[in-house]
Amino acid sequence: MMTCLQLFRIFLNIGAFTLGGGYAMLSMVKQSIVEQKKWISENEFWEMITIVQTLPGVFAINTALYVGYKIKGKAGALAAMLGAGIPSFFIILLIAMFFVEFKDNESVARIFKGIRPCVVALILAPAIQMIQSANLNWKTFFIPFLAALLIWQCHVSPIYIIVVAALGSLIIRRI
Amino acid sequence: MEYLYLAYVFFKIGLFGFGGGYAMISLIQDEVVNNHHWMNAQTFADVLAISQMTPGPISINTATYVGFNVGGLLGAIISTFCLCLPSILMMYFVIRFLFKKKGNPTIKRLIDDLKPAIAGLILSAALIMMTKENFSDAGIEECNISVIICIAAFICTFFLKINPMILISAAGLIGFFVF
Repeated sequence: MMTCLQLFRIFLNIGAFTLGGGYAMLSMVKQSIVEQKKWISENEFWEMITIVQTLPGVFAINTALYVGYKIKGKAGALAAMLGAGIPSFFIILLIAMFFVEFKDNESVARIFKGIRPCVVALILAPAIQMIQSANLNWKTFFIPFLAALLIWQCHVSPIYIIVVAALGSLIIRRI
Repeated sequence: MEYLYLAYVFFKIGLFGFGGGYAMISLIQDEVVNNHHWMNAQTFADVLAISQMTPGPISINTATYVGFNVGGLLGAIISTFCLCLPSILMMYFVIRFLFKKKGNPTIKRLIDDLKPAIAGLILSAALIMMTKENFSDAGIEECNISVIICIAAFICTFFLKINPMILISAAGLIGFFVF
């Protein structure tokens, strides 16, 4: 029970700070669960992210469910998911009810001008850490960069990257 | 009836949305603006702007906002829950399967092989966010400050392992006083 409450609190915090889309939570989950609480190892963490990313659905919710389940079973998954979802639900609800002009507020705009470049760094850092942890050799070194380039510049849907990578793995390992 | 549509549409978005928020946006726009006319393109752009400024996944933000506008509080709850439902069902089965097959060499190899590609997916999310809008389009001086914030935040999180929540708060404060 204690752990579930902790999981809920941790993901509530993360949910409240996940600005600029779900990926921003990667750094925070890693910091809280791997580095502070040491509930799972870094290797396990990247393995989980790989599985979560391969599946469809809301990335942040998938991540919360998986981390929660791994640490404390079904109750843990529920606690983490509620924690991750509740802040965004209520904040958007309040904005939809009362201040739609929120986005035109000049102070808010200034604050977010500062936050956005920071969020870019918070997504870039785990991406590089994950590349480092993937044990690439000279034959596989190009994969993350080619995948990123295809999505970023050629607007290839991530689903194709995942399918090609999975097929490639199955075929090459079979030979 | 409208509640049923909300449930159906957001369940579908949750089921077919691969690769995180930004990849989902066009799917959401298709359903919400083009197919069901729950909002026009301008309002959708506003919702996206608000999503960027509030915590949480963009898909959840949009589901809550659209749900509330179409069907009040109940609409918001239904849309958000149905968006998460495919995740819940899928994770339940996949996790059970994976925990049962723990140590299976084929699955372990597959995960190991997917890792570099998935790292590329996350890298692309960072690259896609490196736009003029996110780094201030109001002149070279503001842009320089944004780049400095980005580099400093990277050093703080990557090398110094400083808590990301502290970094976001600090960046917000800097933005408020500098810009």
